[in-house]
Amino acid sequence: MAEFFQTTIHDYFNYWVYVILMMIGLWAVIAKNNLIKKLIGLSIFQTAIILFYVSIGVKDGASIPILHHHDPAAHAVSHEESHHKEGHKGDDSAAHKEPGDDKGDNAEAHAVNPDLIANPLPHVLMLTAIVVGVATLGVALALSQRIFKEFGTLEESELLEQLKGGNVDG
Amino acid sequence: MITKVLATFAVVITGALLLYGVSDFPAFGDPHSPANAGVEGGAPSISNYYITKSYEDTKVPNLVTSVLADYRGYDTMFETVVIFAAGMAIFAILRVFSDEDDIEPNETHSEGNTFTDGDHSRIIVGTTVRLVVPVIQLFALYVVAHGHHSPGGGFQGGVILGASFIIIALAMDLDAALARFSEKSYFRLASVGILIYAGFGVLCQVLGSDFLDYGILQKIFLTDGPEMARSHSMLGVEVGVAFTVTGIMFAIYANLSSRGTLKSAL
Amino acid sequence: MSMGDQLPAIIVLAPMFGAILVGLLGNRDHRICFPIVITSLLVSLCATIAAAQEVFTTGAIDYFVGGWEEPIGIGIHLRIDSLNALILVLISVVVVLVSFFSIRRAGDQHSEKTPQFYILYLLLCVGLLGISITGDAFNLFVLVEVSSLTSYGLVAMGSSKRGTHAALNYLLMGTVGASFYLLGVGYLYLTTGTLNMQDIHTILQTNETIRDSNAVIIAFLFILVGIWIKMAFFPLHGWLPNAYSYCPSTSACILAPLMTKVSVYVMIRVMIGVFGVEWVFVHFGWSHLVVWMAVIAILAGSMLALAQREIKKMLCYLIVAEVGYMVGGAWLSDPNHWGLTGALYHILADAMMTLCLFLAAGVFAKRLGAVEIKDLEGLFKKMPLTSVAFVIAALSMIGVPPTAGFFSKFYLIRGGIEGGHWEYVAALLISSLVNAVLFFRIFEIAFFGSKPAEGHGDHHEDVETPSPETPSPEIVPQEAPWSALFPLLASAAIIILLGLFSGPIAELIRESLETLPSIVVPQAD
Repeated sequence: MAEFFQTTIHDYFNYWVYVILMMIGLWAVIAKNNLIKKLIGLSIFQTAIILFYVSIGVKDGASIPILHHHDPAAHAVSHEESHHKEGHKGDDSAAHKEPGDDKGDNAEAHAVNPDLIANPLPHVLMLTAIVVGVATLGVALALSQRIFKEFGTLEESELLEQLKGGNVDG
Repeated sequence: MITKVLATFAVVITGALLLYGVSDFPAFGDPHSPANAGVEGGAPSISNYYITKSYEDTKVPNLVTSVLADYRGYDTMFETVVIFAAGMAIFAILRVFSDEDDIEPNETHSEGNTFTDGDHSRIIVGTTVRLVVPVIQLFALYVVAHGHHSPGGGFQGGVILGASFIIIALAMDLDAALARFSEKSYFRLASVGILIYAGFGVLCQVLGSDFLDYGILQKIFLTDGPEMARSHSMLGVEVGVAFTVTGIMFAIYANLSSRGTLKSAL
Repeated sequence: MSMGDQLPAIIVLAPMFGAILVGLLGNRDHRICFPIVITSLLVSLCATIAAAQEVFTTGAIDYFVGGWEEPIGIGIHLRIDSLNALILVLISVVVVLVSFFSIRRAGDQHSEKTPQFYILYLLLCVGLLGISITGDAFNLFVLVEVSSLTSYGLVAMGSSKRGTHAALNYLLMGTVGASFYLLGVGYLYLTTGTLNMQDIHTILQTNETIRDSNAVIIAFLFILVGIWIKMAFFPLHGWLPNAYSYCPSTSACILAPLMTKVSVYVMIRVMIGVFGVEWVFVHFGWSHLVVWMAVIAILAGSMLALAQREIKKMLCYLIVAEVGYMVGGAWLSDPNHWGLTGALYHILADAMMTLCLFLAAGVFAKRLGAVEIKDLEGLFKKMPLTSVAFVIAALSMIGVPPTAGFFSKFYLIRGGIEGGHWEYVAALLISSLVNAVLFFRIFEIAFFGSKPAEGHGDHHEDVETPSPETPSPEIVPQEAPWSALFPLLASAAIIILLGLFSGPIAELIRESLETLPSIVVPQAD
C-alpha cells in the first residue's frame, strides 16, 4: 500500500495535478455558457500544459539554471555533494572531467554538474508558450468585445438563438 | 444540460488517456530522466549540452537566455512575430475610426497634467504615478539589459515597460497615455523591434554565415572570438523583442479598454 | 557564401520582411502596400522553385539556424526534402495568386485597415511556409500559432456579425487543437529527450523500451487529434463552415485552400518523419478505425454539402469531404504506398480546386450579389471566363480527366484496392457521384436559368432571363475584373497542368516514399 502510494501519488503527483487542472479547463471551454468563462477555461487549460512542461525540468536538489560564475565555493561544494549522490551516469563524469578549453577564463565555469542545475530547455519552451497564450487571449478578448457590441450578450445560448432567428445579416 | 454531460464524458476520457500515458513516465524530479539526461539511441542529451557548454559558447551565465536567444533564436523570433500579429489582429478586429482625424495622436483635452477641481483622489493617484513611472521604466530597462545574468530578458522587460504606459492610462486618462505614446509610435516601435531581430539574422547572412549565426558578427563588434559577439547580439535581439512587446502590450490595452475608439476609456 | 545555401531561410524571411516594411511604410500611403507584398511573395516563390529544383536533382537540403549542427537538436533544423518541396511551391503559388485577388478589396469598407490586412496576410504566409519547412517539433507549434492567430484576425476582419462569432468559435477550437499538439510533443520530449524530428525518429527505431511505451502512444494520439482539429476532420470540423462562409472573400480565398491542406501535410510528416510508418501501422495499429472515420467524413461532408443552399457553405462542406479523402488515403497502409501518394498529390490538386472555387464564389458574391445557389441564374452568359474556370474546378472535384481531381482519385482508389479497404473505394465513388449531382445542378441553374417557378417549363434555354434581384443597385453583372480573372484562370490552368503531368509529379512524390517499408495491416476479421 505504501509502495502504491509512493509510486502512483508521490512520484507522479505533478502529473496528477496537471491532468486535473487541464480537465477543469477543458470542461469549462466545452460546458460553460458565458464566453468569458470559456476563455478563462482556455487559460487554465493552457496553464496546465505549461505547468506540465516546467515540471519535466525539475531535478531534486537542483538550483536555477543560472551559472554562478563568481562563486567558486559553490562548485567545490557541489563536487562533494555529487559524489554522495547515487547513480552517476556516463555524462556526469564527462562533465566533471571537462578540460579547460574555455579560453582560460573563469576557472569555476567548467566544473558544472548538470545534476545540480535545472533543465533550462522546458523553461525556454514555456516562455514561448506563455507569450503565445497571452496573444491568443488578447485576440479572444477583442473578439468577445466585438461580439458584445454587435449582439448585446455574451451568453452562448442567447447568441445561438439570435443567429438562428435570422435577424442577423450575414 | 446535455452539453455538460457530454463535456464531462469527454473530459473523463481525455483525462484517463493522459494518465494512462503517465504510467511510463519518470518520477518527478528525477535528474536522470530522458528529458534531463538523454536516452540511448539518440543524440547526446541536449539539455546537458546547454548546461555544460553554453557558457563556453556564448559567455552568458543565464542558461535560459542563452538557449532562448541563441540556440533557439529562430523560435523566439516567431514568438515576437506572434505578439506582433496579435496586435495587428486586435487592431483589425476592434478599431473603429470616427469621422475626425484618426491615426494622428489625439491632441484633445487632457494632457494628463491637469486635474478637475475637487478630484482629490486623482491628484493623489496621479502624482504618485508620475513619481513612480520613471522608476518602473528604469527597472524595465534593467530587466532587459541584465537578462544575461539574472532572470529577465526582452519579453519580461518589454511587458514592464508597456505596463508603465498602461498605468498612466489607468491612473489618469487614456489620452494622457496616448499623448506620450501615440498609435503611430507604438505600431512603429513594434515593427522596428522585429526589424532589429530579423535584421541581426540577415546581417549574419550578409557577412557569409547562416541565419542568426551570431558568431560571424565578431567582425562588426570587433571582439576577439565569436563568444562575446554572441553575447552582444543576444542583447541586441532582446532589445528588439522588448520594443515589440512594449508597443503591442500598450496597443492591446488601448484598443481593448476603449473598445477600439481610442477616445473614451476606463 | 552562396545564396543557394541560404534558400530555406530566404523562403521564410522574404514575406516576413515584407510584413515589416508594410508595417513601417504602409500607414502613410496605402498604395505602397501591394507592391511590397507582391515583391516579397515573388522572391519567396523563386526561392521555393529553386529549392525544389535542388532537392530533386541533388538531394535534401538541411539547414541549421544559428549554425548549431552538432549534437543534433541543440539548434533548430530546417529541412527541405522531396516530401515538402512541392508543398512549399504550392503555398507560394497560391499566396501570389490570391494577393492579386486582394487588390480590389481596397474598394471595400475598412480600407483604412489595408496595411494591417496585408501584414496579417504576409504573416500567414510566413506561418504556412515555416510549418512546411521546419524539422523541429516545437518550432512547428510556434508556427502553427502564427498562422492560426493571423487567420483568426483575417476571418474576423469583415463587418459580418456572424463572422465575429464564427471567428471566436474557430479560436476556441483551434487553440484547443494546438494545445493538444503541444501536449503530445511534451510527452514525446519527456520520453525521448529531444525535439528534433529526425532524432525522435531515430530513437523510436532503435530504442525498444521507448518504442513500446504507453507514453509514446498517447503522445501520438494527442498530436493526431490536435492536427485533426486543425484540418477539420469530421467530427472535429465544427469551426470550418461558419468561419469560411462568413469571412471576407479574400480571407476565404487564402484560408480555404491552404490551412487544412498544410495540416494534412503535417499529419503525414508526423506519421512518416517522426513516428515512422512501421510504428504507426504496427504498434499503434488503429489504421482500420481511422479509415472508417475517413469514410464517415467523406460521406458526411458530401451529404451535408448537398443539403446547403448557400454557395460558400456548400464549398466548405466539400472541403470537409476532401479532408476525409486525404486522411483516409494516408492511413490506407497499402503495400506500394499509393494511398500516401494519392493523399500528397491530392494536397496539390485540392488546394488548386478549392482556390479556384472560392475565387469564383467571391466574384459571384461581389459582382452578382449571389450568395445562394439559386442566385446564379444565367451565370454563363454574364461571366463567361469566370464560368470556364468554375466549370474546370467543378469537373476536377467530380473527378473528370484530364483534370487533377481524376488522377488523385485514381491513385487513392488504387491504394484502397491494394490495401483491401473496399469501404474507402466505395466512399470515394459515392462522393464523386454526389459532387456530380451538386455541380450539375449548379450548371443547370447557371446555364438554363432557375427551376420553373414562373411557369417557364423545364430546360428552356431562356436567354432573356431577368437578372437576379440584386440587393444593391450598384452591382452590375459583367465579367470579373482582371485582378480576379488572372488568379481564376491561372488556377484553372494549373489544375489541368497538374492533371496532364500527373505521372511525373507522382514520380517526384514517390521519391519521398521510396525508403518506407512496405506494410500491409492484416484485416481484423
